[in-house]
This record gives sequence, C-alpha cells and structure tokens, in this order.
Amino acid sequence: MHKMSISVTHNSTDQAEPQFSAERMVEVQRIINMFPEGKQKSALMRILHMAEEDFGGWLSVPTMNYVARLLDIQPIEVYEVATFYTMFNIEKPGKVVLEVCRTGPCMLVGSDQIIEHIEQKLDIKVGQTSADGMFTLKTAECLGACGYGPMLQCGKHYHEHLTPAKVDELLDTLRKEHSDK
Amino acid sequence: MGRKLLLEHANVPGIESFEVYRKNGGYRSVEKALKTMSPQNVVEEVQASGLRGRGGAGFPTGMKWSFLAKPEGVPRYLLCNADESEPGTFKDRYLMEKIPHLLIEGMIVSSYALGCNQSYIYIRGEYMWVLEIVEKAIAEAYANGFLGKNILGSGYDLDLAICPGGGAYICGEETALIESLEGKRGNPRIKPPFPAVKGLWGCPTVVNNVESIAAVVPIVNDGGAEYAKIGIGKSTGTKLISACGNLVKPGVYEIELGLSVEEFIYSDEWCGGIANGKKIKACVPGGSSVPILPANLITKTAEGTDRLMTYESLAEGGFATGSMLGSGGFIVFDEDQCIVRNTWNFARFYAHESCGQCSPCREGTGWMEKVLRRLEYGQGHMHDIDLLAEINKKIEGNTICPLGDAAAWPVAAAIRHFREEFEWHVTHPDEAVKRNFGIASNHMPLV
Repeated sequence: MHKMSISVTHNSTDQAEPQFSAERMVEVQRIINMFPEGKQKSALMRILHMAEEDFGGWLSVPTMNYVARLLDIQPIEVYEVATFYTMFNIEKPGKVVLEVCRTGPCMLVGSDQIIEHIEQKLDIKVGQTSADGMFTLKTAECLGACGYGPMLQCGKHYHEHLTPAKVDELLDTLRKEHSDK
Repeated sequence: MGRKLLLEHANVPGIESFEVYRKNGGYRSVEKALKTMSPQNVVEEVQASGLRGRGGAGFPTGMKWSFLAKPEGVPRYLLCNADESEPGTFKDRYLMEKIPHLLIEGMIVSSYALGCNQSYIYIRGEYMWVLEIVEKAIAEAYANGFLGKNILGSGYDLDLAICPGGGAYICGEETALIESLEGKRGNPRIKPPFPAVKGLWGCPTVVNNVESIAAVVPIVNDGGAEYAKIGIGKSTGTKLISACGNLVKPGVYEIELGLSVEEFIYSDEWCGGIANGKKIKACVPGGSSVPILPANLITKTAEGTDRLMTYESLAEGGFATGSMLGSGGFIVFDEDQCIVRNTWNFARFYAHESCGQCSPCREGTGWMEKVLRRLEYGQGHMHDIDLLAEINKKIEGNTICPLGDAAAWPVAAAIRHFREEFEWHVTHPDEAVKRNFGIASNHMPLV
C-alpha cells in the first residue's frame, strides 16, 4: 500500500511557492501540448517529475499547489497523485537518494548484502538519511534490471552489477559531486 | 541460432539514430502500409500472423484490434504499454534502449491500422533515461516526415508522445494505465465497458505491449503468413525472453517460440546453464505472477514430454504441474535458494503494489506477506500453511483487476510444490533463522 498522508511536520504551507525558470516553462508548455485541449491534467505526472528535479528532490505542499495552478486543476488532484506513486517524495530527502532494488531476481544475486553494506557504510537503516544530510537510503520494488543485479537507482541513473567495492566507489563519487551543492 | 525479427540489428553501432536505422531497412513497413495497404489489410495481416500479446496475457493482438469500436466523429487512441514492472521482466527496456525506432515504426503502422491520429507510449517512471532515448527518436521521426501531418504524402496524420509513470506496478494493468495517463491515481476500472469501447478520455482505446507493437513491423514487411511459419501451433513468431536469477549468462534473448526449455537454460548459445556450477532447484518462467515449477517439471512435463518455450507447453498440466509463458521474465533458482524466502519476497512485492481499491487484495496481500514473513523467520505454525491457501481463495477472482490473482498464484504454487520446505521452517525454527540461503545471504545471518 502506498503512502497515505502528507506529513505536516516536514511539509508545511508557510514556505514560499517555487517557480519554474522561463526555459523550463517552454518544456512545461510542450508537455501540455501533447494532449488535446482541456486534457492538460494528463501532463501532471511528467511535470511532477520535473518539479522534483528542480525544487530540491521532493514535492512540498507549495510546490504541489504551484503545479495545480499551472495545470488549472485543484490542489487535491495533485496531492492524490503525489501520494499514490512511490517515486514522488513528499518528505524532504537527503541530497542524494539511493534506491536499492530488493525484489526476487535481485535478491537471488545478493541485493540483501548490498543493502546491508550501505546501511553499515552510512550508519543508517533503510528509510533514513545520513547524519550529514547527504544520503537517503531506500529500497525499491523491481526496477526492471533483473538480469543485471544487484542494482540501485540514483536519480535518472541505474548502477548495475553492484559489489560492495563498487558501492564504496559510487558513494565516494556521489559525495564529491554533491558536496558543494 | 534462431531467426531474429526484432533484435536483428540491435547491436549495429548507432542504430538508435534515425539515419542508421533507416539504412538497415527501418521504416519500410510504414512505406509499405501507407502506400500499398488499407488499414483493414494491416489488421488482417496481424490476424493472420497469430501474434499474441507479449505483455503477459497472450491474448491474440489481431482479435483485440478487431474489438475496437469505431463510432463516427470520435477519436480513437493507441496506447503502448511500456510500464514494464513484472519482476523478472526487462525485455521492453532492452528493446527501447537499443532500438527505439523499431517501437516508433510499429506505433505508426499500428496506429494507421486502427485509424488513430494520436498515440501515446506510457513508460514506467524509473526508465526516465529510456524515455529520453525514445523521445529523441520521436523527434527524429517527425523531422524525417514519418510523424506529423500527411506522412509520406499519404494524407495520414499521426502525433506520437511519450509519458512517464511514477513507480506503480498496477499501471501495467490497462485500465490503470489509462487512469494514470489521464493524470490520476492508478486505480483499475471496472470492466465492462472495456477500453476498446470506452478508454482514454472515454474514447475507444487499444493498449498493447511494446514487444507486440514492435512485432507488427516484421509482420507487415514479410506478411502475417510468413510470421506464422515460425513457432508451433498457436505460439507463432519470436519472443523476447529476459532471463535472470542464478544463470551463467542472464540477459535478453530473442527466441523462436518452440525452442526447448532445456536448450534455453543449458545451451551456451543461450543462458549457458546454472551459475557457479550449481544445480537448478526451481524456475518461474513468465514473470513473478506465474506458478513456480520445481526442478522435475521445468524441462519435462508431468507426462514426460519435452517442455518447450511456447504458451501451450509451459501451461501443460494446468496449475497442478504447469505454469505460463507470461511476460517472458524467466527466473531461475539454484539449489541453495530458499523457496519460502522467495515466496515471501514476492508476496511483499504484491502487498506493496496493491492499489488499495479492493479489500480482498488490499488486506489479503498484506496478510499473506505477514504470514510468510513469520514462517521465513521461524515463528510460523503448521496451520499458517493452510491459512495461506485460505487467504488465496478469498482473493482470487474477487477483485476488479488481476493483481489479486497474480499475488495469489505464486504462493499457491510454492506451497503445492514445496510444502515440505514450508513445514521444515515450522519444525526447525532455529535453523530457519540461522541457515544461509545461497549467495543472497552468505554474509547475512538472518535475525
């Protein structure tokens, strides 16, 4: 079952509403134009992905309200969707979100080990964020990389054929990439 | 090595570009269909080919097309289901990543056959980089006159767009996919009305899997009769199989339907046998939803005949001793794997992915997960095994969509074939907790 409610502790309405850049608004319009007139709600999923990318990796209530206004739909229509689909973060995660696939085929080739290795390395449990606010560790259900497991997803990227050594290398690279952001 | 109809050029350098794809014979089917065939001719070729839906259900594609309602003045839609999420299945991703223009070519010809002027590809949200590959290919097809207004001067117009999901397995169910494409939660709709009558925005809609649509390209190029020559009986043509688990060479293979299971698993041309020199324990041949087969029923049927990679042969013996070809997600378990742990893992998947709309599925999948977890961790009772079967019966057939059935079948099959292993977990609780289970937990004692 999916996330049922929007957490009020992390997700309050007193933050300012964000805004897409002019360049991104061109992209938003292109996506809306994919659908017949009056069916702009169909652009919602894609625009929520864009909003997450642009506004800190999650969907705050002000972000969702902004998207609702862009598409001329009710805010509740956006909350419904954002809380249903597991890819959308409705709580602020770390700078880097690691999602390790835990489903059958990956488990057969050692995903449990990879999860445990990351937990030890970052001193956190699944669902938690490292003390420095850098990494959030999550597990995901089948990501469609069954022949190339164990694997994890980070942003748009799949990292496949993982070993503990490869994970260490990846964490170092990601830490460097994101430390000044 | 069998014939390759879909992946023949998949490894040509630069095949993801329009130019290289075109040089290798790409878009011939669009020229042929739009210039020399009526839409009805294309439908007839697909019917003659015997092509069956490659997403898992195996319903004849031509027949599905023939159900599409065609009221005057109402738009019709073709939706491509690229929401590949069935555990063990990663073939559509491979096809779209490697040779995206094949899918676009199939979409054009199929949309022409169905009289659609606007079509969509719905791709799972996690495949965002694949979406970008396909979207780039769509732009190239527009630039070269294969999409847009008056394609190749034929007077036929088609717009094609690709939309992402958000990480919900349920959206692979066609009415949930439609809901999601309308920008809503992926709750399946009650049928009837079927999408062929009332689908996207209330209009007649066909939803086809990526591989089914790609297969329309060779069918139009060479004719349905030629396609039907490959395979056995009602299993015609080629099929993409995504092999995974404890195999020497996991990966995506295009096979001619009718290949023997034995050859597929053990031949060096294909999977190359079981990894690390181990023996096979079980196999789930068509994605996590289909019944698991124990070692003695994988390469042979209960009657002792050779098991073949066809819809019929894999199903021989029904659910008692057979399984299904399903989506072609071929998962192999070696001798060290724990069936209880794997069954629990799959149950957890379905509990996580239930949309929550129907009580039997929402509650039942959660109960099954809990009962299996306590069995796996040495806290189960003998009557839990029968309780699982009981929950199964309460879910199966009592839900709007087949996710409930898909959750129930693997549990029922695992108990049917491996009951003694479930009982062992009850009678040996300490060992069940301590035991190592294959590669997965060599370093991970269960607590």
